Amino acid sequence: MPEVVGVGASPKRKEDLRFVTGHGNYVADIKRPNMSFGVFLRSPHAHALIRSIDTSEALEQPGVKAVFTGEDMKADNVGGLPVGWGISGKDGNPMKEPPHPPIALGKVRYVGDAVAFVVAETVEQAEAAAELIEVDYETLPHVVGAVEALQPGAPQIYDEVPGNLCCDWDLGDCAAVDAAFETATHVTSIDLVNQRLVGNPMEPRAAIGEYDAANGQHTLWTTSQFPHVVRLLMGEMVLGIPQHKLRVVAPDVGGGFGVKQFHYAEEAVVTWAATKLGGAVKWVCQRSEGFISDAHGRDHVTQAELALDTDGKFLAMRVRTYANMGGYLSTFGPNIPTNLYAPLLSGVYVIPSIYCEVKVVFTNTVPVDAYRGAGRPEATFVVERLVDTAALEMGIDKFEIRKRNMIPTESYPYQTPVLVEYDSGDPLGCLERSMELADVAGFAERRSASEANGKYRGLGVSTYVEACGLAPSRLAGQLGARGGLYESANVRVHPSGAVTVLIGTHNHGQGHETTFAQIVSERLGVPFENIDIVFGDTDKVQFGMGTYGSRSLVVGGSALNKASDKIILKGRKIAAHQFEAALEDVIFEKGEFSVSGTDKKKSFPEIAGAAYVPFDFPLETLEPGLEEQAFYDPVNFTYPGGAHICEVEIDPDTGVVRLDRYTAVDDVGTIINPMIVEGQLQGGIVQGVGQALFEHGVYDEQSGQLLSGSFMDYCMPRADNFPDFTIKPHSTTCTHTPMGVKGCGECGTIGSPAAVINAVVDALRPLGVSHVDMPASPNRIWNIINNSGARAAAE
Amino acid sequence: MTITFTLNDRSVTVDVEPSTLVSELLRDTLELTGTHVGCDTSQCGACVIHLNGESVKSCTLLAGSVDGQELRTVEGLAGGTDDLHPMQVAFRDNHGLQCGFCTPGMLMSSIDLVNRNPDPTEEEVREWLEGNICRCTGYQNIVKSVIAGAQALRDASRGDDHA
Amino acid sequence: MKAFSLQKPASVADAVAALGSAEDVLPLAGGMTLIPTLKQRLSECAALVDLSDVPELRGISLEGDVLVIGAMTRHTEVANSDVVRKAIPSLAALASRIGDQQVRNRGTIGGSVANNDPAADYPAAVLVLNAEIVTNVRTIPADAFFIGMFETALEPGEIILRFRFPVPDMAGYAKFASPASRYALAGVFVARTGDSVRAVVTGAASSVFRATDVENALARDFQPGALDRISIDPSEFLSDIHADKDYRGHLAIVMAKRAVQTALALAE
Repeated sequence: MPEVVGVGASPKRKEDLRFVTGHGNYVADIKRPNMSFGVFLRSPHAHALIRSIDTSEALEQPGVKAVFTGEDMKADNVGGLPVGWGISGKDGNPMKEPPHPPIALGKVRYVGDAVAFVVAETVEQAEAAAELIEVDYETLPHVVGAVEALQPGAPQIYDEVPGNLCCDWDLGDCAAVDAAFETATHVTSIDLVNQRLVGNPMEPRAAIGEYDAANGQHTLWTTSQFPHVVRLLMGEMVLGIPQHKLRVVAPDVGGGFGVKQFHYAEEAVVTWAATKLGGAVKWVCQRSEGFISDAHGRDHVTQAELALDTDGKFLAMRVRTYANMGGYLSTFGPNIPTNLYAPLLSGVYVIPSIYCEVKVVFTNTVPVDAYRGAGRPEATFVVERLVDTAALEMGIDKFEIRKRNMIPTESYPYQTPVLVEYDSGDPLGCLERSMELADVAGFAERRSASEANGKYRGLGVSTYVEACGLAPSRLAGQLGARGGLYESANVRVHPSGAVTVLIGTHNHGQGHETTFAQIVSERLGVPFENIDIVFGDTDKVQFGMGTYGSRSLVVGGSALNKASDKIILKGRKIAAHQFEAALEDVIFEKGEFSVSGTDKKKSFPEIAGAAYVPFDFPLETLEPGLEEQAFYDPVNFTYPGGAHICEVEIDPDTGVVRLDRYTAVDDVGTIINPMIVEGQLQGGIVQGVGQALFEHGVYDEQSGQLLSGSFMDYCMPRADNFPDFTIKPHSTTCTHTPMGVKGCGECGTIGSPAAVINAVVDALRPLGVSHVDMPASPNRIWNIINNSGARAAAE
Repeated sequence: MTITFTLNDRSVTVDVEPSTLVSELLRDTLELTGTHVGCDTSQCGACVIHLNGESVKSCTLLAGSVDGQELRTVEGLAGGTDDLHPMQVAFRDNHGLQCGFCTPGMLMSSIDLVNRNPDPTEEEVREWLEGNICRCTGYQNIVKSVIAGAQALRDASRGDDHA
Repeated sequence: MKAFSLQKPASVADAVAALGSAEDVLPLAGGMTLIPTLKQRLSECAALVDLSDVPELRGISLEGDVLVIGAMTRHTEVANSDVVRKAIPSLAALASRIGDQQVRNRGTIGGSVANNDPAADYPAAVLVLNAEIVTNVRTIPADAFFIGMFETALEPGEIILRFRFPVPDMAGYAKFASPASRYALAGVFVARTGDSVRAVVTGAASSVFRATDVENALARDFQPGALDRISIDPSEFLSDIHADKDYRGHLAIVMAKRAVQTALALAE
């Protein structure tokens, strides 16, 4: 029996049947007629001039259709990859924005920079031919670290970017912060590294370009989180294809985490190559190739200071960060360590003044851009490590110092000194609930038990707040965004009353087909199984900005809600006409239109049917059909937050940090589907713990090579690294989104790194340890323990 | 070379290059794209299938080596969309998947586990899945799914005993 | 992958003939290392000789106090063999922790030992028990088999048929796996037979080696505590992003102690 499944229910996900039976449709699964295969030849050098490229031998190989270089694309007037969000420096000047050709021109700037593209009848033929391309490189000195790249005499990556400084950016009131530090009784200072990460969604990237010459129609299938934005950026700015002649399809996509929310060179190259060659050209990234061509995340070096008064109240915060951009600016690269970072430095605390400066720097590494959390985990890590260190230094309990400085619930909406105004939240409620659930009271006993077994045990806490639901276009525009960040939804009611939703967000694991159907089911009273959600195809969906920044429900869901309002209004008009009643007397409730004070009523399917049989419609005031579209642009960011507590146990013999207990209490606003929300938090926490304990994109300073270039060396979190988590919601309602939702996709990744590292430091505190860099790998922890032992022996 | 093998209970004879991997044979030649390829170092487990009932990584297996053998892929688990394998049902019921890319490999590995160990503990499940990487779920609900799937299979076999 | 031909001989004689038939012909055992290497175009060959259909290379048996394991025996078979579990339980335990389950379902003891990866587990077992490596040509004692990184005493065209492991009085293996690859960063196998104790370290250096100071200390007192004041010079050890030399040196002693503990526990 078809039923309404509304807000707050956890139905089985609509998308799962195809996934559990092996019938998903990912880009690598797609075959097209007359399809050839392309592979990229990539630079083995971190920094080198390209003196010449000899493709003659490769071109003679069997099956080879073409070998393209950057010069070929330039000769065809192909443009560079655009940046979607520009920033300006302290001096008011815009960031340095050197060109980013899809295939390198004259110079390579990181190991993995594309040098040529070979197209052949098979992948094997293309691979064999690529090995025969002769590139004459003149290697240049390179630099992989942001701090090092700013040193006098560092290798110059661009002639037009002196000192490799893309932008010297700041936010906040420097003078007020200086004055506050003068009055402080205690100043806590820390140096942090937020290490480079590789996002590694399980599906490697892939792209297929196709050209239909008879119709002048281009199609790109791509592993993207935002197909409409790729159509816009690639069509208008790179290849010069008019919007109406370019279709971008992002079908099932196997995870994104930000890695797939950029316009990548490979998308433009396959689309362009297909135009040159006719038919379709397919490229599927190998994992090892992905390590040196997917945009990376994080990579900050930070110095931070917190000024406190005698009571441990925060007076001011000062932060200086060096942010590594890699060899080129990726789509949102410069926005991440600036606009998505500094405005979160107030955390959930009252901090009267904050000043943050960020040096955004080019290096000879893979470009860095958004990765799950994107700027906000980095900010939270700074705040929560500072607070924990201050507590330790001043002898204040770690929970007490947080409570003492928290924004009181009654102070919301709360304007921070760094741009943003939090609309709602209950940080104290989250913290207290997490303390109960984590049995903080029982920790001392558990620590004693660990000590009896020769182990160190520590408990760490991190609160957090994030800004998501990207984004209010007005504010984003003021901050340098080069496009709006609204979302669109179209609700198409069929004559039967069944519904197809066309929405501009993209589902790559988040369960949109289920959650969005629940919203429509609730609003329109339509059975859950009679609703389908369509996304990911620019020829089907009107427009959209895609999925990232925990925006799908907040912005896309709100657009869908708004379109549902329009459907109800239109349905009431039709019903009013049929009932011969006044519109204001027609009410819609639980899937039925009725006239108040009468027994006249019609079901939603009856009105839907009537909409398509307009025999007696007053056509000048009532159009046939029942289909409505809405665009929604949020008025503010949303601010999910929460408190995470974890316990670790450390084996001093091996340095292994074992995550023993993890508790998360999160305020994500209204919850549509509790099962999906919990799943998002679980996955996010594991990615954050991955950063804290396991993952590290390591560059070799000498060679400029990425040393952690495969799963053999880049440590992915595995099932046996984790205990069962305790995750509970503690929601306040967002005051400005129509359903009160806040978003939940990034919460886990934002709250967890500091919770884990604070626990590790707590465990090692008896050894005099005050800070541990991420990842807290066994070797690093053993070195710390071993050195502290040596220190103790020497004393 | 020509090879003949049983694939999802049907006999298949096909000409392959000796350097063809089973993952390529399945995906490119036989168009069974449920078996995924997520890495090139045999670590991620997205490509796991059954060879003679045991889970193996099809990206690290030559097509020539499966001549005369019995293979099963994720497409061969269900009788139809109304007749899912209990492990498929369990993954669906317990939200044991998000993007779906690792799911076929997770299912095939998990079924190999419960075939050998019908009542695995949480720890045994976590250890068994060492060769299957998931980036979405944090493994929490995958572990729950496998335990629920094992329970369902035990219940089903008890039902068979009564019959 | 670059193209190659594939042969599937049904006897040792045919396998040896196939291997000698041309240049660049490689034997294929479980393929757990060879296939990824070929796939990533890090190596190439003209032909592969798949040994999986050669019956003489399979099987596990106990011949007096010698455990005999065919070269193509898969890790899972060793791990689950009642014969192995009874005769040398530590060897079954080692096999049960190699790689992941899918690797164990395909990987073979012969392939692992012939490859002699510095971080592989089986070479430690072969060397610590001074097993005999029986090839189509000769019998090689383990002491003379492991030459260096990925290098053994095997000659071209020579294939391992089986291993003959003398059953020790007690033995134990402990490894510390790389968090990323799950290969050994340091693994130690200890074995005691009569008054003789051998201890072998894998993962830490370019090839497996006997730790003589550990052996001497354990010969005096086969207890973890006997190693409290023992260290292993790590100056020639491997160093990488997961473990530096000193850490590997430290881990080797920690794993040696755990191996002794395991040996004592298994002997109970």
